[in-house]
Amino acid sequence: MADPMKIRAQMKGDVCEVRVLMSHPMETGQRKDADGKTIPAHHIQTMTVALNGKTVVAGQIAGSVSRNPVFGFKVKGAKTGDKITVAWTDNKGDKRSDETAVA
Amino acid sequence: MKQLRIIGAVCTAVTLASAGMASAQSDGVDHAKADAEFAKFRAEMEDSNPAELFELKGEELWKAKRGPRNVSLAESCDLGLGVGKLAGAYVQNPRYYADAGKVMDVERRIVWCMTEKQGFQFADIAKKPFASGNYTPEITSLVTFVAGHSRNMKFAIPMNDPKVREAWEIGKEITAYRAGPYDFSCNTCHGSDGKRIRMQNLPNLGKQEGAYKGVFGWPGYRMTGGVMLTSQWRMNDCFRQQRFPSPKYASDTVTYLLTYMTGTSNGLIYKGPGIKR
Repeated sequence: MADPMKIRAQMKGDVCEVRVLMSHPMETGQRKDADGKTIPAHHIQTMTVALNGKTVVAGQIAGSVSRNPVFGFKVKGAKTGDKITVAWTDNKGDKRSDETAVA
Repeated sequence: MKQLRIIGAVCTAVTLASAGMASAQSDGVDHAKADAEFAKFRAEMEDSNPAELFELKGEELWKAKRGPRNVSLAESCDLGLGVGKLAGAYVQNPRYYADAGKVMDVERRIVWCMTEKQGFQFADIAKKPFASGNYTPEITSLVTFVAGHSRNMKFAIPMNDPKVREAWEIGKEITAYRAGPYDFSCNTCHGSDGKRIRMQNLPNLGKQEGAYKGVFGWPGYRMTGGVMLTSQWRMNDCFRQQRFPSPKYASDTVTYLLTYMTGTSNGLIYKGPGIKR
């Protein structure tokens, strides 16, 4: 599995604010290295956010998203102690999943 | 107009964010308002700083038994407060280490622990000591992990130690030393108030508030290039910007400069690991 994400999930009133920091090179496939060779595309393609196992966000990520991206979501219907799971897969088939409890 | 200018000068020196006070500097820009906006932007960026990813990596590396001697840094490395003690270590360095006979900054000290305690070769670490592209050296993650244990603590390097004091004095001399094809010294850019290169304000390193700007945010994640960088890197880059030859990695010169800036910042609060443009 790839490098871990940092997930923060905090109740702000009756909405849960989720902030996730992912570790990924996010290569577009358009850059060239010092020798002039194109650096192959390597980026996250899909991501999901689940609340207690039920998917609440399903996203398609394009290669233009920056390296080590940060995403933020507001989730309704969550409460303290619930489980937030974030998962991603990339174009090379690598994947990562991490979870945290809502604070 | 003249009166407003004097008031304006005092305002910018004290960095008031008072909305009513227009800056009276001759460039016509409301600097107080701009500073307040930058502070808001910075706070937003510091929430979920990718530096945290490198703290996680550094934690793994600190705790793992590694190197030819198969020993962990956690059980063998003293950063000045006792073996394995991390809380407050980053802000109490550079300091003098009797076992090494040298004043060392955190990065240099961890490298010393890696070679002396874990058995790694300095040449291997020094080959690619700074991050670039998708590569982040282990030492960078370790420095970031250690720095994370000094969040919001005051800089407090032992300036009463004569060895540290000596290093501070030499650092000060180095900042005045002119060399290279442009005959630059650090002071050429950083030796007086109010200087700027394009959009970068240049802090006056001879004053506490300026020296603080040089150290409060390192190690930091630089969004340009998406890389984690340490103060050893920043000193190296200053030399590059002056068109000087590169300083030797983790050498005395770099330690003296870092001692000078950090010692001058004693009492002020460390805000790293930081995030930068």
